[in-house]
Amino acid sequence: MHGLVNRAIQSFAINTYGQERWQAVTEAAGLDGVTFEAMLIYDDALTDAVLGALCNQLGRAREEVLEDLGTYLVSHPEVEALRRLLRFGGDTYVDFLHSLDDLPDRARLAVSDLMLPAMELREAGAGRFSLTCGPELPGFGWVMMGILRTMADDYGALVMLEHDGNRGNHEVIAITLVESAFAKGRDFDLGARAG
Amino acid sequence: MNDANTLADLLTRICPMHLILDCDGVIGHTGSTLQKLRPDAPMKGRNFLDIFELIRPRRAQCVSDLLEGPGVKLKVAFRDAPHTTLKGEIARIPGGAVVALSFGISLLDAVRDYDLTSADFAVTDLAIELLYLVEAKSLVEEASRQLNLRLQAARISAEEQAFTDTLTGLKNRRALDHVLARKSGGGMPYTVVHLDLDFFKQVNDTLGHAAGDYVLQEVARILVEETRREDTVARAGGDEFVIVFDNLTDRPRLQRIATRLIRRMEEPMHYQGRKCAISASIGIALSAEAPGCAPAELLRHADQALYAAKRGGRATLRFYTPGLPEHEQAGQPGRRNAAPG
Repeated sequence: MHGLVNRAIQSFAINTYGQERWQAVTEAAGLDGVTFEAMLIYDDALTDAVLGALCNQLGRAREEVLEDLGTYLVSHPEVEALRRLLRFGGDTYVDFLHSLDDLPDRARLAVSDLMLPAMELREAGAGRFSLTCGPELPGFGWVMMGILRTMADDYGALVMLEHDGNRGNHEVIAITLVESAFAKGRDFDLGARAG
Repeated sequence: MNDANTLADLLTRICPMHLILDCDGVIGHTGSTLQKLRPDAPMKGRNFLDIFELIRPRRAQCVSDLLEGPGVKLKVAFRDAPHTTLKGEIARIPGGAVVALSFGISLLDAVRDYDLTSADFAVTDLAIELLYLVEAKSLVEEASRQLNLRLQAARISAEEQAFTDTLTGLKNRRALDHVLARKSGGGMPYTVVHLDLDFFKQVNDTLGHAAGDYVLQEVARILVEETRREDTVARAGGDEFVIVFDNLTDRPRLQRIATRLIRRMEEPMHYQGRKCAISASIGIALSAEAPGCAPAELLRHADQALYAAKRGGRATLRFYTPGLPEHEQAGQPGRRNAAPG
């Protein structure tokens, strides 16, 4: 697993639940006190163990925790840079949705060995969309739920989301855009270079 | 007239950084993004070369010079601040010319200077992708830099904590200090042997440092072979070695060991076919002969004895006896510089 993914989980756990909680998670996952490095590659099993231990610690379902992780990734000041990178996807929420098709390629442009699941957006008309996420990272659809929900706020759009379960090993998210200019949304200044 | 309007409409939609000039270079129409760069100074009606300084082609004096071919590549800069440079092309049309411009590499400064948004760029323009990439890459670079800094710090701290001399594989000065520190407070008797190579500097000077390193490694090998597993053999620095013999305080036996060490050092060593001739001087101090003496003090005794051996004509060994002249930097093996080479 790419260190960026592990690092994202670590950053989420520490900034949301505290250093002590994280310490307990790493101990339970059998990697006592290890700090993930963003630019190194780790064994996949390690990521799974850490996620499992985190869910146990919190007494919450993995889906919920992953959705919170998605929300964290695009809303917490600590990872503001990521929100900015996603905002390069377009001027409106619909543009942003369409840009998700390119997200794995965009990610690879920046970090050549970062493999994000392939995503495909389909338009069903009347503001309805479906997003299919590839099988590379199981549970990634739940992370995308959190990201899509929070980015809607960011763009000032009003959306309804539903995780539609799996089609084979692909996850499908149903997106209904109720209003694209519901609220003002957050500013995005091209020249403002975060982090 | 109708054609001109159609052209202006078209360019406005797909080329927001264009200008339409007449034959004299007077601006008739300006793209929205280009005008946004100078919001308080309408470009229409002014001469192209009054607003922009022509950087390339260098030889052109006026707009008509640029219209000799079908299309000419341009590099221009605003005459007033901020002096943003733009790249583009000028192409002749009936009654004048069209200039299409873009930021090129000045994009990063431009988005900062002019508060541009993605709507200001043509859909075909790669500006947004470039900005994305620069931002993403600098984040990645920062993450890698942080990793390098942490690795560097870890390496330095590992080196500081290391107990091994990397050249010879012997214990280093730090390890020696630890061993000696454990000797204080009684326990079994021990002997400190301080050995310094003779003529080592000549080997280094005449055959080079690689030969010198080879000699140090050979000496280390001999020292390990001639001592017991439980003895401590350390390179204290440079060409100085210290051996701590546990539970060995028999002068005749120590004398035999030291003599054999010197003899073996004097056996010819060959580095790349060239002979490296060295010897060694040795000073020996026994804890049994100085009851209550701290280990550091005993090391100083061994150093004084070594100094006496050196003065006595090299390739010899001396036991410490009270009254030997003090070596001015005694007790500091590895940091000496006054002993004769």
